[in-house]
Amino acid sequence: MTESLLDHYRVMWRIRLFEEKTRDLKVRGDVSGSVHLCIGQEAIAAGALGGLNRSVDVVFSTYRGHGYAIASGSDLTALFAEILGRGAGLNGGRGGSAYLSDPDNNFFGENSIVGAGAPHAVGAALAGLFDGSNRVALSAFGDGAMNQGAVHEAMNMAGAFGLPVIFLLENNRYSELTPITAMVGDVELYQRADSYGFEGIQIDGNDPTVVLDAVRSARDRAARGGGPTLIEAMTERLVGHYVGDVQQYRPAGEIDDAKTREPLVISAQKLLVQGFDDVELKSVETQERDRVASAASAALQLPFADPATALEFVYDS
Amino acid sequence: MTAEQTVVTYGGAVNAALTRSLDERTETILFGEDVALPGGVFGITKGLQSSFGDRVFDTPISETAILGAAVGAAMMGRRPIVEIMWMDFTLVAMDQLVNQAANVSYLSRGNVKAPMTVRMQQGSQPGACAQHSQCLEALLTHIPGLRVCVPATPQDAYDLLLAAVWCNDPTIVIENRNLYFGKKVTIMVGHDVQEIGGSITRHRGNDVTLVTWGSMVAPSLEAAEILEIEGVTVDVIDARWLNPFDTLAVCESVTRTGRLAVVHEATLTGAFSSQVVAGVVEAGVPLVAPPVRIGSPDTRIPAAPSLLGAVVPNVSTIVEALRRMVTRED
Ligand SMILES: Cc1ncc(C[n+]2csc(CCOP(=O)(O)OP(=O)(O)O)c2C)c(N)n1
Ligand SMILES: [Mg+2]
Repeated sequence: MTESLLDHYRVMWRIRLFEEKTRDLKVRGDVSGSVHLCIGQEAIAAGALGGLNRSVDVVFSTYRGHGYAIASGSDLTALFAEILGRGAGLNGGRGGSAYLSDPDNNFFGENSIVGAGAPHAVGAALAGLFDGSNRVALSAFGDGAMNQGAVHEAMNMAGAFGLPVIFLLENNRYSELTPITAMVGDVELYQRADSYGFEGIQIDGNDPTVVLDAVRSARDRAARGGGPTLIEAMTERLVGHYVGDVQQYRPAGEIDDAKTREPLVISAQKLLVQGFDDVELKSVETQERDRVASAASAALQLPFADPATALEFVYDS
Repeated sequence: MTAEQTVVTYGGAVNAALTRSLDERTETILFGEDVALPGGVFGITKGLQSSFGDRVFDTPISETAILGAAVGAAMMGRRPIVEIMWMDFTLVAMDQLVNQAANVSYLSRGNVKAPMTVRMQQGSQPGACAQHSQCLEALLTHIPGLRVCVPATPQDAYDLLLAAVWCNDPTIVIENRNLYFGKKVTIMVGHDVQEIGGSITRHRGNDVTLVTWGSMVAPSLEAAEILEIEGVTVDVIDARWLNPFDTLAVCESVTRTGRLAVVHEATLTGAFSSQVVAGVVEAGVPLVAPPVRIGSPDTRIPAAPSLLGAVVPNVSTIVEALRRMVTRED
């Protein structure tokens, strides 16, 4: 079943509104710890999940990963609950905003160590050679992660062994407070794939259909034994690196410009051309707003994680 | 430079020490992720690039390259000061500290040195995940060839960092982000740079010797005040340096008190507290009660504040442990 642009539009609103709600909860003091939002980058998670075979494929993301959880089908209340430190959270409150996961939905989670998820995807793909699953593993990470040794080693190994891995690079132009262009000799990051012996492409990461197509063809190739692909999805953060980041490092007008080409705007334009009207689009937004709001209020009612459980699960018991 | 007073936070004291280092030691260079143009994710290195230009620069997110380049530049006579944003991130580049930096002097029989300083910060904070919370000083104190200090006050943030920069060994300065934005206090700056090593006794007592460092210095002092009201007096020794460690001061104190407690935030197994206890026991100092180590239990560190509260030691866990220790024998 191919997801339509309207489906993506819905998921992207869900992610956007979830992130906005999370930001409000953080500002209000309900959330402890750093929160990294994917506002502006929703099309990548929404499109990517559409291009995978969800029954077998697995996803590894970064701390900026709420969108992947949502696109993977995580329960919104459990997701909020995790971020709010509640016992009923996806990880019982152990992970928090930046290290949560939902293996039941094949989302093997966020990672707060830059680049660390890439080798996990290699391992997950490797396991697929032995378990008969024909699994494809997707590792999503940022532009800055391209400068981390673990990512280089993962790509080389995946290339050497022809493993079914999709390296999904979300290039939002910044690694934390520093522009990626200042930190690489060649800004065309996707071209690094050449030297690992697999295909690299650069795409518009703000268009979920483009992302879906790219991930789907990478998946097809991987499943046929054609090895990994590096997809560089160009995008822009519409918010700070973390909630509270004042973004003095960003040139004036940059975010305003970005808002004219952000995923929800361009998808809405396309949907109008496809014949949907404003009322239909607005009702998607309204439905998702209600859904997110009720998940958040449900999560806020849940009890905090029980301190008596703090030491559980360090080892197999 | 003339000695004078200034009023700064812990973070401001670090900045002052870095400024002085860059100023007085022209062979220093300073680099790390987001340290130059943005002035650091905690703002600690603000203004350094505008004052010192090309000697202060940002790097890719490449800890191996940061630490490895520090080793290489140090071997060539520079005196690099690098920042690893979180102690947890040294783990992706441990080789450069353990197999590389620590061997430079030894292998060359002292002919080549690696006078590099690695600043980092560690510790838990409510909501911080398990990969941004660990206290890993014992991983480094296990490594001969590395120097390790854990400044707990603004004055020490200044003095220990300068000592680290001036020292010709690879030296790790473990700061704590919970301390960066604390109260502004008056500190001395501009005085002679100290040698590495040496503890400070921050509270005097005769009943228990409490050795601590880093984030646990303040709660230990609070605990000592509470116990004093109950008639139990505590020598609180802020170790400051874990390598070299001031075993002598600890033994002298325990000789008087007969009781040793060691308090840290790190998890207990293999923690540096074991080394402190071993040092006292091996020195043959007589104890009237078994030594006590207070730290986090052996667990991963949870994000949820309610769970974290059950893990990290605090004033009341310290007070209770010391009460048990003194009543046990009385
Ligand atoms: C090994 C490691 N080094 C440094 C950090 C600190 N850090 C967290 S996010 C980040 C920037 C990452 O940038 P990028 O990969 O582009 O991802 P983005 O945040 O833009 O999504 C840095 C340096 C870390 N978490 N892990
Ligand atoms: Mg980025």
